[in-house]
Amino acid sequence: MSKILVTDKEIVVPGQVLAEGMGFLPAGAAFRDKDRIIALKIGLVNIDGRLIKLIPLKGQYLPKIHDLVIGKIEDVMLGSWLVDYGGSKYAMLSARNFLQRNNQVDDLSQFMDVGDVIIAKIYKVVRKNTVDLSMQGPGLRKLGNGRVIEVSPPKVPRIIGKQGSMISMIKDQTNCRISVGQNGWVWVYGPDPNMEMIAIETIRKIENESHIPGLTDRIKDFLNSKVGKVDKVVKIDRVDEEGKEDV
Amino acid sequence: MYDKRFDGRKMDELRECSAKVGVVPSAKGSAMFKIGNTIAIAAVRGPRNLYPKFLALPDKALLRCNYNMMSFSGSGDRVRPGSSRRDREISLITQKALEPVLMLDEFPGSVVDIFIELLQTDAGTRCAGICAAAMALADAGFKMKGLVSAVSVGLIGNKMLVDLDNLEEHHEEGNTDIPVAMISGEDGITLLQMDGFCKPEQMKKLLELAKKACSKIHEVQKKALLEGFEK
Repeated sequence: MSKILVTDKEIVVPGQVLAEGMGFLPAGAAFRDKDRIIALKIGLVNIDGRLIKLIPLKGQYLPKIHDLVIGKIEDVMLGSWLVDYGGSKYAMLSARNFLQRNNQVDDLSQFMDVGDVIIAKIYKVVRKNTVDLSMQGPGLRKLGNGRVIEVSPPKVPRIIGKQGSMISMIKDQTNCRISVGQNGWVWVYGPDPNMEMIAIETIRKIENESHIPGLTDRIKDFLNSKVGKVDKVVKIDRVDEEGKEDV
Repeated sequence: MYDKRFDGRKMDELRECSAKVGVVPSAKGSAMFKIGNTIAIAAVRGPRNLYPKFLALPDKALLRCNYNMMSFSGSGDRVRPGSSRRDREISLITQKALEPVLMLDEFPGSVVDIFIELLQTDAGTRCAGICAAAMALADAGFKMKGLVSAVSVGLIGNKMLVDLDNLEEHHEEGNTDIPVAMISGEDGITLLQMDGFCKPEQMKKLLELAKKACSKIHEVQKKALLEGFEK
């Protein structure tokens, strides 16, 4: 006899038994432990027929091939850079994946030095957390002015929204340029610092309230009320020296 | 005969428990666990690069615990600033108590650091530390097969007690102190230590008491973890 012990859309804690018996299949962060299905993370239960899916609400970023990530140069080696992208080990960006040629003689720090922030693509993943990056591709570049904030990686799909709807709404309303890395690092650059602050505030709000239904409407109202209040637009001549392409 | 407890509790009653997650905003996960006058704060850092490198495990992340009583925290001459032999032992048993539930296979070669600080101590610190650490790990979103809840049980004379405080731990009738940690308040024992003596049949009964107490603590932990997600 199989039976479900939780309801749909319930939030559960690690170790909580979701179902007993062999009649159900675990998915996401649910796990089969002998004849029970248990939760492995804090998450939202989604019951779909015989499938019990647990959507995690908290967690770490697990690198996946072809993901766009935002990272920071931590070290410059002879033929590569070491990049911190918030994972459990530094990623490697080899010079040939940046310069598009084999580099034998140059000092790589003339291109990018320690502390520079980049947007790159994951090009190879070995053993779950050994990562190779590439910067060959449209929009992959060193990021100039702006600021980087960190959000919880499981919330990234909610910040981007369906086909980028949420992020383009924030971009349109605040006039900021925003790049969201799958690793949860978000680069925000606005010509007006007030708008930059509103964009960050909005992203934080999405992060905190993503599990509550009706998110898009709430964010729309929030943006309207905030952007409307900025009466005096501070004009500061801020220039992003790097490319104009947005990602 | 010790038949009435100093603070008026029943023999199998816990001190008042409360818990909270997210107390250290800069950490990946953090939690506070308070039982009576004992307060523990745990913060999780990582998974991150591991130094020194030779400690790295090829198949999973290393779990590294650090237990520390703050110099202003406690009673008696036991609390001195800095690490001691006792701190290192408790750090080790905390790590051993948490390892069975944690699945760190996604981060081979890296480290997950847990820092446990005791702000105020009145016995039962290793148990409070383990409870806080388990919650902090869940808050950080690590894969865990269960939450670990811990409590101490013991004997004064022939009386069986749950959750001894500092006065009871140093009772003149002689005492036995048994810290127990259990998975999800019932499933298995991950920590079992003993100071003093007890008979096998007493031990069985004490473990039953510990199981009941752990499931109560588990409820407190669960409630605290879900608190931020109320609609």
